[in-house]
Amino acid sequence: MADYRMPSLGADMDDGTLLRWLVNPGDAVRRGDVVAVVETTKGAIDVEIFQDGVIDTLVVEPGSKVPVGAVLATLEPSGEEEAPTASVGSGPEPALHQPDSGPAIDSSVQNLEHRGARRRKVSPAARKRALELGVPLDELPGTGPDGAVTLADVESAVTVSSPGSGDAMRQTIASAMTRSKREIPHYYLDTEMHFEPAMEWLASQNAERSVTERLLYVVLLVKGIATALRDYPELNGHRRQGRFVAAERIHVGVAIALRGGGLVAPAIRNADRMDLDSLMQALRDLVQRARSGGLRGSEVADPTITLTSLGDLSVDRVYPVIYPPQVAIVGFGTPVLRPWVLGERVVPRRVIHGSLAADHRVSDGHRGGLFLRQVDRLLQEPENL
Amino acid sequence: MTTADTLLDGAPSEHVMELLRGMIRIRRFEEKCAELYSATKIRGFLHLYIGEEAIAVGVMAALSPADAVVATYREHGHALARGVAMDTIMAEMYGKQEGCSRGRGGSMHLFDAATRFYGGHAIVAGGLPVAVGLALADAMQKRPLVTACFFGEGAAAEGEFHESLNLATLWSLPVVFLCENNLYAMGTALTRSESQVDIHLKAGSYGLRSEQVDGMDVVAVENAARGAVERARMGEGPQFLELRTYRFRAHSMFDPELYRDKAEVESWKSRGPIATLKTRLEQAGYLSDDDLVAMDSQVDEEIARAVAFAEAGTWEPISDLGRDVYTPRSQS
Amino acid sequence: MSNGVPGNDPVRVTYRDAVREGIRQALNDDPRVFIMGEDVGLYGGCYAVTKGLLAEFGPDRVRDTPLSESTFVGAGIGAALGGMRPIVEIMTVNFSLLAMDQIVNTAATLRHMSGGQFSIPLVIRMATGAGRQLAAQHSHSLEGWYAHIPGIRVLTPATLEDARGMLATAIEDPDPVLIFEHSGLYNMEGELPSDAGPVDIDRAVVRREGADVTLITYGGSLGKTLDAAEQLARAEIHSEVVDLRSLRPLDDATIMQSVARTHRAVVVDEGWRSGSVSAEISARIMEQVFYDLDSPVARICTEEVPIPYAQHLEQAALPQTEKIVALVQAMVASHG
Repeated sequence: MADYRMPSLGADMDDGTLLRWLVNPGDAVRRGDVVAVVETTKGAIDVEIFQDGVIDTLVVEPGSKVPVGAVLATLEPSGEEEAPTASVGSGPEPALHQPDSGPAIDSSVQNLEHRGARRRKVSPAARKRALELGVPLDELPGTGPDGAVTLADVESAVTVSSPGSGDAMRQTIASAMTRSKREIPHYYLDTEMHFEPAMEWLASQNAERSVTERLLYVVLLVKGIATALRDYPELNGHRRQGRFVAAERIHVGVAIALRGGGLVAPAIRNADRMDLDSLMQALRDLVQRARSGGLRGSEVADPTITLTSLGDLSVDRVYPVIYPPQVAIVGFGTPVLRPWVLGERVVPRRVIHGSLAADHRVSDGHRGGLFLRQVDRLLQEPENL
Repeated sequence: MTTADTLLDGAPSEHVMELLRGMIRIRRFEEKCAELYSATKIRGFLHLYIGEEAIAVGVMAALSPADAVVATYREHGHALARGVAMDTIMAEMYGKQEGCSRGRGGSMHLFDAATRFYGGHAIVAGGLPVAVGLALADAMQKRPLVTACFFGEGAAAEGEFHESLNLATLWSLPVVFLCENNLYAMGTALTRSESQVDIHLKAGSYGLRSEQVDGMDVVAVENAARGAVERARMGEGPQFLELRTYRFRAHSMFDPELYRDKAEVESWKSRGPIATLKTRLEQAGYLSDDDLVAMDSQVDEEIARAVAFAEAGTWEPISDLGRDVYTPRSQS
Repeated sequence: MSNGVPGNDPVRVTYRDAVREGIRQALNDDPRVFIMGEDVGLYGGCYAVTKGLLAEFGPDRVRDTPLSESTFVGAGIGAALGGMRPIVEIMTVNFSLLAMDQIVNTAATLRHMSGGQFSIPLVIRMATGAGRQLAAQHSHSLEGWYAHIPGIRVLTPATLEDARGMLATAIEDPDPVLIFEHSGLYNMEGELPSDAGPVDIDRAVVRREGADVTLITYGGSLGKTLDAAEQLARAEIHSEVVDLRSLRPLDDATIMQSVARTHRAVVVDEGWRSGSVSAEISARIMEQVFYDLDSPVARICTEEVPIPYAQHLEQAALPQTEKIVALVQAMVASHG
C-alpha cells in the first residue's frame, strides 16, 4: 500500500485544505491524474498523483486542513510496469546556518535608560585607560563635550603634573590598592641574600667615577630582577578580563616616593636589555621627572612588574602590594650588617632581604621561590650583570 | 509553412525521431521535477516548460556547438536540449554542489560553460542585453557565431526588449531573438498587456527580419530556426522568431490558474507537440509501439540516474559560503 | 603615451586628461578593450573625457550608443562574457539607475549564480557628485548604493594618479568594477609622471598624517578635507586624512589603525547621511575600535534634500571645508 500525501506547491505553503476528492475508493488512477482540489493561500489548485494504482482509502475528509506531507489517501500501486524510478529517500537535510538570535528585549529597558541618564560620560578610550591605570572615574573632572571624561583627563590624573594634585594621587593609590587587596590572592616569599659582593663591587666601580656617574645599588636590583624574569614569564605581565597575558618585554616599574606624599612607579622599559649605566641614567631621569611632575601617562601604565626598595628607611623586610593589573612585585629592605655563616665561621657581612608578592591565580610559591633564588644568585656576581 | 510531412519527404527519419526523443526527455524530466517538488526535494520557484518543448528542441537542433545560448528562468528544456548533463541539472535543482551551478543557482539559474549556456535569467528581458553583448563580442572578434536568446512574450513590455532589438539591428549583430509566446505573462494575458498582440510585427518595426512560427510543431521550429541562424551567421543581422506556444501547466507550482479557462488549456493540449508528432510519425509508418516503449524506457533510465546522482550529491560546506562572489586573483 | 615618448618626466595634466590617457593606454595595449556609451565618439564625451579617441581608434572600438543605459551596460556584460574587455561610460550616476537592473541583477550575480563558471571583466565609468548647479537629476552621489552590492568593486579616484591608474587596474580585474569620477574634479590640474601606470585598488591611503583626529573621505571631498586639515593645523590640531579610494571593498585596516592612533574620527561623505557610506564606516569603527574612541564618530554629509539649482542653496547642502573645520574644532576643543 502506498500513501498519497498533501503536496508542497510552494516554498511558502505550510498546509492546505482539501476541498474535494475527484476520485473514489476503487478508482484506478494514473500518474499525472488530477485527484483532488486543495485550497491554498493562493486559491484552489488541482493536485495530481505521481503514481499509478487503485485508490484504497480516502483518509482526509473534504474541508479538513492538513499540513504538507500529511497522508490524504492510500492506494494500491499497480505492479505491472515498475518504472525505474530511483528511490527518493529522505536525504540529509543541509545543516542550516541559524543566525544568532538577537538579544532578547529586556523588560527592564526603561530602568536601564534611567540609570544611563545618570551615568558619567566617559569616552571608551578613557574608560579603558582608567582601568589600566587604576584611576577612579567617579570624581574625575571631564573636559570633553558635555563634561565627558576623555583620554587626556585620565592621563593627566596620573601624570602628577602639579604639587596640588595630592588628593587625586591619594585617590588613585587608594583605588588601585583596594582593588588589589580585594581581588588579588597574594602569596608572599622572603629571603635573606648575601649582599657583600654586590656592595664591594659597587664601591670599586664608583671609586673611579665622578659623583654624577656613580651607580646606586638599586640598579643592580633592577637588572637582577629583569634578568631573572626572562625565565619566569608568569611573573611578568598583566591579568586582564580574567586572563593572564604574559608581556613580551620586561619593563620594571620602580616605586618612587614623592616629596609631597604619595608615590608613583614609572617603568624602566626593556630593563633586561640595558647595561647598568643606562639603567642608572634612566632611573635618575625618572626620579627627577616624577618629583617635578613630568611623567608621561604611558610610563605609569607600562610596567610589567614593580620593584619597591625601601633602602633608606632602615626596614628589614617589605611585604608589598601588587599594582594591578600586574601580577607580581618585588620588595627590598635596607642592606644591613649581620652575622653571616661562611663555611664554618660566623662573619659580619652586609645582607639584604628580598621579598616577592605574587598573584596566586597566575603563579605558585614554588616558581616564585625559584625566581627569588635566581635573583639572589645573579646578585652574587654583580660584574656579570 | 513547413510541415513534418514535407520534411520527412527528404529528411532522415532518425533525425525526426531524435527530435521526438528530445521532447519526451524534457517532458518526463519535468514531470519528475513536479513530483520531487511536491515531495519538497526541490524548492524555490519551479517553472515548468511542459507544452513548449518543441521550441527548445527545434532551435537547439539548428545551432552549432560553439554558438551561445541565453535563456530565461523557464529553462530546464533549453539546458537539456542544449546538452547540459541531466544529472548536473537535477543536482542543481536539489541545491547540491555537484549541480551545474554548484547549487548557487537552482531551477532558475542553470549555467554551463562547456555548452556556452549563459544561463537562466530570472529578470524578465534581462537576458536580451547580455545576448546582444555576446553577439557584439563575436562580431568584434570576427567569429562566425550566433547567440540564441530566448524570452517570453512578457518581455515585449519591458524597455530592455526594445533597447536590445534596436541596438542589435543598429549594429547588425548576429543575435537570434526567440520569443516564446505562450500568451500569458504569469497571470497576465497578452491582450491585457499589449497594444499590439502580434509580437513579430512589433519586433519588425525595428527593421530586423521577423516572422511568426507554429511553436507546437518541432519540425517547423527547426526549419525556421535554421534559416534565422544561417542568416545571422552570414552577416544579415539579428533575426526575430515569434514562436506561438502554450504552457500546459501553471506558471509555477503554486498557481491556481485563476486567469485562464480550463477549456482553453484542454484545446491547446490537444495540439501538444509530442502527441501530434507521435501521431504524424505513426501515421507515416516511421514509429512503432516498440520504438516508443524503447524511447520511454531509455528516458526513464536516464532520469532515474539523474535523481540518484542528485540524491547522492553533497551539500557545499557552509564554510564555503563566500566563494564565487569575486574571482580568486589566481584565476584572473 | 600621448606624445609617443615614454618616460617619467612629470607632465602637467588635468584629471580629465588622466582618465583619457588611462583609456587610451588600455586601447593601445589590449585589442580586447573598447569603450561604449552615450556620445563618447563624435561628441567626445559629455565631460570631454573621450575627446579624440574616435579619430584615433575608429568607430568599432569607440562606440556611440543609443540612449539605452540598461542595454548598453548589459551588452558590456555580454561582451565581457564573450572575451572582450569593455569600458562602458554612463554620463552620470543618476542615469545609471536606468541600468541598475543589469549592474545589480546581472553583473554582480552572474559569477555566483553560475557557481564560479563565468566572470565578468567589465569596467563601468560614470560621473558623480554636485557643485556645478546641475540640480536634482544630475548631481547626486549614489556610489554608496553600489557599495552595498557584493560582486562588484566600487572605486572613487580622487587624485590624478588614481584617475589614470585605477582604470588600468580595473581593466585587468576579472570582475565588474564601477569607477565614480567626481564631476568637480575633471578640471583639477596637477603633475603626473608621463609613464604613470596601474595602482593598487584594494587599499585606502593616508594622504596626510596627524595625531589628533582622523578625517575619512573619498572622491570629490578629498580636496575640501585636506584644506580643512591645513586650516586646523594652523590651530595646532593635527588631522590624519584617509582617502578611502575604494568603497567596496572597504579597507578596514587602514581606517582602524588610524582611528586607534588618533582616538577620534570624522567621516566626510558627499552622499546623504541616511543609509550611507559614512554610516557604514561609522558602524565599523564602533564594531572594531570602540574602546579606542575618545569622542563619538562624527559625520559631514550632504543635507537631506535633492540637490537644489540655486548656487547658494547647493553649496549650503554640500560638505564644505568650513563645516569640517568647525566640527573638528568643537570635537578637539577641550584639549586644544
